[in-house]
Amino acid sequence: MIEIKGVYFTYPTGVEALKGVSLTIRDGEFVAIMGSNGAGKTTLVKQFNGLLKPAKGEVLVDGVNTRKVSIASLARKVGFVFQNPDNQLFCENAEEEIAFALKNFGFKEETVKSRVTWALNLLGLTQYRQTSPFMLSGGERKRLALASVLAWEPKVVVLDEPTIGQDFEQKERLRQFIVQLNAQGKTVIIVTHDVEFVADCGPRVVLMAEGKIVADGNAKEILTDKELAFKASIVPPQITQIFLGLADFGLPTDVINVHEAGKILLDFLKEEVKP
Amino acid sequence: MSVFEGFRFRHVSSPIHRLDPRVKFFYVLVIFGVAIAFLEVLPLILLFLIQIPFVLVASVQREWIRSLKGASFLAILIFVVNFAFGYFGGFYPSSMSPWEYPLAMSLRFLVLVESFSIFFLTTSPDHLSLALEQSHVPYEFCFAFTTAVRFVPVLAEEAQTIMDAQKARGLELEKGNFIKRVRNYIPILIPLIVSAIRRSLELAEAMESRAWGATEKRTNLYVLKMRSADYTLIAISIGMVIISIYVRLFITIPSLTMLLT
Repeated sequence: MIEIKGVYFTYPTGVEALKGVSLTIRDGEFVAIMGSNGAGKTTLVKQFNGLLKPAKGEVLVDGVNTRKVSIASLARKVGFVFQNPDNQLFCENAEEEIAFALKNFGFKEETVKSRVTWALNLLGLTQYRQTSPFMLSGGERKRLALASVLAWEPKVVVLDEPTIGQDFEQKERLRQFIVQLNAQGKTVIIVTHDVEFVADCGPRVVLMAEGKIVADGNAKEILTDKELAFKASIVPPQITQIFLGLADFGLPTDVINVHEAGKILLDFLKEEVKP
Repeated sequence: MSVFEGFRFRHVSSPIHRLDPRVKFFYVLVIFGVAIAFLEVLPLILLFLIQIPFVLVASVQREWIRSLKGASFLAILIFVVNFAFGYFGGFYPSSMSPWEYPLAMSLRFLVLVESFSIFFLTTSPDHLSLALEQSHVPYEFCFAFTTAVRFVPVLAEEAQTIMDAQKARGLELEKGNFIKRVRNYIPILIPLIVSAIRRSLELAEAMESRAWGATEKRTNLYVLKMRSADYTLIAISIGMVIISIYVRLFITIPSLTMLLT
């Protein structure tokens, strides 16, 4: 469980990134943190593994104050996948890349071996075991970065902008993967402004604007609220926009999912337009 | 990273900022030369002090102090090394105490950092490039130089992100003995170098696609012109050169030890 109590944070440059944020994320939850650029999303999630420490207030991870322990010991619990895989890949091959963190955490050699195999397999990278990370494609690099974090099985997985620069297929694979991870009991936290992606996942949504949390609720509630979206400078999913426009026809306005929308529209057409 | 902060230009307007960069550079070189010419503590203290008005007029005190703070570690190191060699090896002038020569060396270093810091704090990269161009340095070199200067903060930021990413994978930079600590930086340096190379290739492509180097003869929107303040600074600089040559040749500077006893 991650508890954030009245956290303020200011960067050395003087930018006030968090202004009194309180939030509780329970074990096994799936949370999307959304908001425009500079709303403080990344600053907030960096508090979870102690990369940034609050200037005021406190962050508790499983009851442990992040100020009192090292980043490494927090990272063991909270895995963090950075936006740009190029910021972390440096080893000779994929295998070593995954083993790097495991060695840092002091896993036994056999455990490291089995975990590496497991993680490569998990993300479909087995054939790249001996390939240099720099030779992999963008999507593969992103998956390798994810594998290198999942390998130590952190309780909480934080993904910063996982969908940026990914094609449709990669995105769909990632979505299924994330949902599956969450179903297996992991706490999954994603930071994104990809509303369509969030609409398809349907997690709890925490909406941020100017360093504060402006809304917290389920995806349906938050993504269909026009005023809220305006306040946090995000745009509702396209499908929701259509349904908001069709409200006069008596159609529901809380539609975020394309499949759901298709069904409603089909039913509506069958009713109204008789052949 | 605080040392870099002390060299990073910020847009402020002051009489010092408006000076011709060529003249400012000449002044820095003069300070450099004078600092090298003297090994006594007194003139170096004087050199250190006469630059403070410049800092105050340019109102860059905070950044300037930060650059000195960043340099203080090296200054102390210079002092310790020189002191150790002087004291145990007996390599110091007989008129001085063993601490005076190392002190002079550290002061000399600080004077150099101070003057270069003033120069970079008050000269925008654009001005610098203009100065180089109008001193007939080929444009390719000017461009490479200013790009390098401009990318320092970008790289520093990138290094911070990479450090965060590796710390999140359990890397502890401060752990282990000296060799282990140096090795700890490999996971940071490799991504940083790779991304710097990738970035430079991308920049090259972006420049080519915007017709870089299409015209043989470039003209500039702004042309540097010397004004009265610039001539004054040149006069001050030349005056400093003359005075220091005179002092060097005809006056024996008392060492602090002699003054104190």
